[in-house]
Amino acid sequence: MSEIVAGWPILSILTFLPAAGAVLILLSRMSARGLNPGYDNGVKLLTLFFTIATFVVSLFAFAAFDPANPAFQLTENIPWAFGASYAMGVDTLAMSLVMLTTFLTPLCILASWVIEKQVSSYMVLFLLLETLMIGVFCAQDIILFYIFFEGGLIPMFILIGVWGGERRVYAAFKFFLYTLLGSLLMLVAIVAMVSMARAAGIENPFSIPALTEFAQSGGFSPDIQIWLWLAFFASFAVKMPMWPVHTWLPDAHVEAPTAASVVLAAILLKMGGYGFLRFSLPMFPDASHFFTPFVFALSVIAIVWASLVAFRQLDMKKLIAYSSVAHMGFVTMGIFSGNEQGIQGAIFQMLSHGIISGALFLCVGVVYDRMHTREIAFYGGLVNRMPVYAAIFLLFTMGNVGLPGTSGFPGEILTMVGAFQVNAWVAAGAALGVILSAAYALTLYRKVAFGVIENPNLDGITDLDTREWVMFVPLVVATLVMGLAPGYVLDFTQNSAEAISAAFLGARP
Amino acid sequence: MNPMSDFSASIPLAYPELLLVVFALSAAMIGAWFKDKAFHALSILGVAAIAGAGVLAMYGPFAPVEIFQGAMVVDGVAVFSKVLIAFAAAATLALGADHFGRVNDKRFEYPVLVTLAVLGMFVMVSAQDLITLYVGVELQSLSAYVLAAWRRDDPHSSEAGLKYFVLSAISSGLLLFGSSFVYGFTGSIRFDAIAAAVNEGAGGVGLLFGLVLMLCALGFKMSAAPFHMWTPDVYEGAPTPVTAFFAAAPKIAAVALMARVLYEPFAAMEAQWQQVVMALSAISMVWGSIAALQQTNLKRLMAYSSIGNIGFALMGLAAGGDEGAASALIYMALYLPTNIGIFALILAMRREGEPAETVADLAGMAQKRPFMAALFTMLLFSIAGIPPFAGFIGKLLVFSAAVDGGLIWLAVLGGVAAVVAAAYYLRLIASIWFAPPAVQLQAPSGTIMVTATAAAVLSFPILVLMLGAVERWVDAAVRMSF
Repeated sequence: MSEIVAGWPILSILTFLPAAGAVLILLSRMSARGLNPGYDNGVKLLTLFFTIATFVVSLFAFAAFDPANPAFQLTENIPWAFGASYAMGVDTLAMSLVMLTTFLTPLCILASWVIEKQVSSYMVLFLLLETLMIGVFCAQDIILFYIFFEGGLIPMFILIGVWGGERRVYAAFKFFLYTLLGSLLMLVAIVAMVSMARAAGIENPFSIPALTEFAQSGGFSPDIQIWLWLAFFASFAVKMPMWPVHTWLPDAHVEAPTAASVVLAAILLKMGGYGFLRFSLPMFPDASHFFTPFVFALSVIAIVWASLVAFRQLDMKKLIAYSSVAHMGFVTMGIFSGNEQGIQGAIFQMLSHGIISGALFLCVGVVYDRMHTREIAFYGGLVNRMPVYAAIFLLFTMGNVGLPGTSGFPGEILTMVGAFQVNAWVAAGAALGVILSAAYALTLYRKVAFGVIENPNLDGITDLDTREWVMFVPLVVATLVMGLAPGYVLDFTQNSAEAISAAFLGARP
Repeated sequence: MNPMSDFSASIPLAYPELLLVVFALSAAMIGAWFKDKAFHALSILGVAAIAGAGVLAMYGPFAPVEIFQGAMVVDGVAVFSKVLIAFAAAATLALGADHFGRVNDKRFEYPVLVTLAVLGMFVMVSAQDLITLYVGVELQSLSAYVLAAWRRDDPHSSEAGLKYFVLSAISSGLLLFGSSFVYGFTGSIRFDAIAAAVNEGAGGVGLLFGLVLMLCALGFKMSAAPFHMWTPDVYEGAPTPVTAFFAAAPKIAAVALMARVLYEPFAAMEAQWQQVVMALSAISMVWGSIAALQQTNLKRLMAYSSIGNIGFALMGLAAGGDEGAASALIYMALYLPTNIGIFALILAMRREGEPAETVADLAGMAQKRPFMAALFTMLLFSIAGIPPFAGFIGKLLVFSAAVDGGLIWLAVLGGVAAVVAAAYYLRLIASIWFAPPAVQLQAPSGTIMVTATAAAVLSFPILVLMLGAVERWVDAAVRMSF
């Protein structure tokens, strides 16, 4: 299979295929004189086709990719302006996140089938968002990375603001301005790094591999690293989101339409973790060591605090949003433990959280589409009317808790193993979070699914339809496969984890 | 060289200016004869003449050539600025002719005045001594006062014109006063002679005093804070196409002139002027962002936006060196089309023949006029500096120049100001997309849509693809000029 794509700019095709779909829809919208009733459905089908095609292309890329090779692969490089270039390439870390993105987006489109307002705009924005998300992981040039990273705000802002819930405008502004402030500080740091690398005679100072090499040969003195690290941290911590800059997340999640919530939780949050792994650890190892206790403290606070807050939520989406904050605490803890187990666990947890939290938001979306409320107290006894739904919801709840056999388990245990080697107290605090996550997740499940139906509105509620079946089956399979045979994923990401860990540990004072 | 042969050698290099002079004078004659019946023909010819001057300017040499016995110079920066000025002015003249034609306010002086203003700007960016500088600035300003007061019967417009005139006259006074100090302490009005005198250590406090006064006056002309007070009132009071004109071409002329004054005669005083330019830049960025937050009128809002954007361009100049000047010029080049596009769309917003120009009037555009809404959104994100649009690249370049020049704090301040500024651009986008449709807007004219589409296309795909070429052009221009 890999021979077929040899010599093709496969990553560019992968990145811009959804954008091509968006352009096609725009053209069709402009040429349509008076919309006929089937138009919206046609747009939905076209979008689904493009996202699935993107997934297929990503499979080709995956086949052409050699996981044993630690270098960036499938590279493309076209010089651009002021020394920057259009450079694409993936290593195993990036490849795994690209696969997550292309895998989840078609499911999001399926979940968006219920959208009825301004359908073509919605689908255009969603396709553009997919392009930007894939681009973030494929970019090998630091400016290109920033363009994709930051550009994602635009479709997200409009998606939340137009198709969201009641407080959508507030949530959209908060989301946009919070992330923008972090990112602009990062931009200044990027400019400073490039300026230093150029002054040191590095030939292509915008290239991420070249900058990494420059940094690891001692290009940035520890004092400067502190400032650069903080600027990058401002961006990634907001994106992640880490306590205490997480407050945009519950607002954005609650108000976003289901599919946007899925994308937000499953993919956009991963950009923070990806950033830490791609930039902070390998490029500023001294500063990372310096700040490790700080990040550990924030991670444990996030895990415990967010779990406790989740416990008290009345809104299903808000509960899952806080549980995301807690799970991201495991990711940051794993990353900054810096050893191979911790980083492997963090990558695994990112992928697993992408699938499980995405699935949980879809589960909420299923009942929200039927009843138009996310209030936990409204529901109860759904197992009587929706047995299949209840079973699926249970599986993902268990995944969220980290039950062995689901994909939630290996990531959590590995990050804790990693953290334990560095600081036993941190690991102990995180373990407390695991218990709390069982408490809130199971409580949610009990309140929604078990018992008898007391609310008469729920009498007529129906179980999953075909579209929803199609939407959930891949997620169920992925959760179980990653839970029962985590080795596939762990072997795949191993060389990235090794390289990052080596760069970090090599600088240990 | 004897005067006659110098004159005949200078003529070919002054073709762009001569074309403008010939057009302006003959158009005034034709207009005097045919009165306002000539409006349409003169407007079309005016667009052609100004664009033609831009094309002619493009053939100028990059290596400096002095003309008219050293009063003016043709070099890379002048060539680049003239091309930008000409295309910005031609686009805004076309918008204005279209607009005044539709509202039946056809007075033939409009194309004549715009052409004279463009001529003034051409002289400004080519100025090689203090007198030429002053003549250029005044020619441009005098035309602008009349344009600002275009709607004589409208008190707002008259107020705008008067306010602009009085305040601008003060700044012209400062410019002359400052020039006289410079002349007094260096003994020459010619830039090269001033530079030589400064290099030899002439001046001291008196020269510095003159330089600061000149910078204040130039800051006034480019509406940099704290010399920005006239801007919001003039932008709001003047007819929208005139505002679009003010917001585009004169800005690039002022930035290019500022660059020339800083880098040619006063290059050796960089340590002194850097502080002034830094202060102008920081105050403009901060005030341009904060003051705009409360505006509801789109034109006032764009006035503060232009103040903030000038702050970013000045950041590039403050950084010093070729990289700094190049980044400021590229910043302006990327800012211009976006700005013209936004004004074209504001011009397009009309309801029952009346202009609709508040943020609330944008409400629900995404549902009523999706194509216009898409253009507006792209242009606003571009001017807010969000990637992948052109505005982002401009900000990246000035940040880069500032960091290379050791002004990291200014870059960080610019980053924070850009976030505040994003908040008010987002308010417009939120109105376009999130608010329910409020008013039924009239369908925009073809000229407006073509301009806005061209601006949007320039702000994303084309400029991003051609950025390398633009960058090489400006780099060469700056390197060979200064």
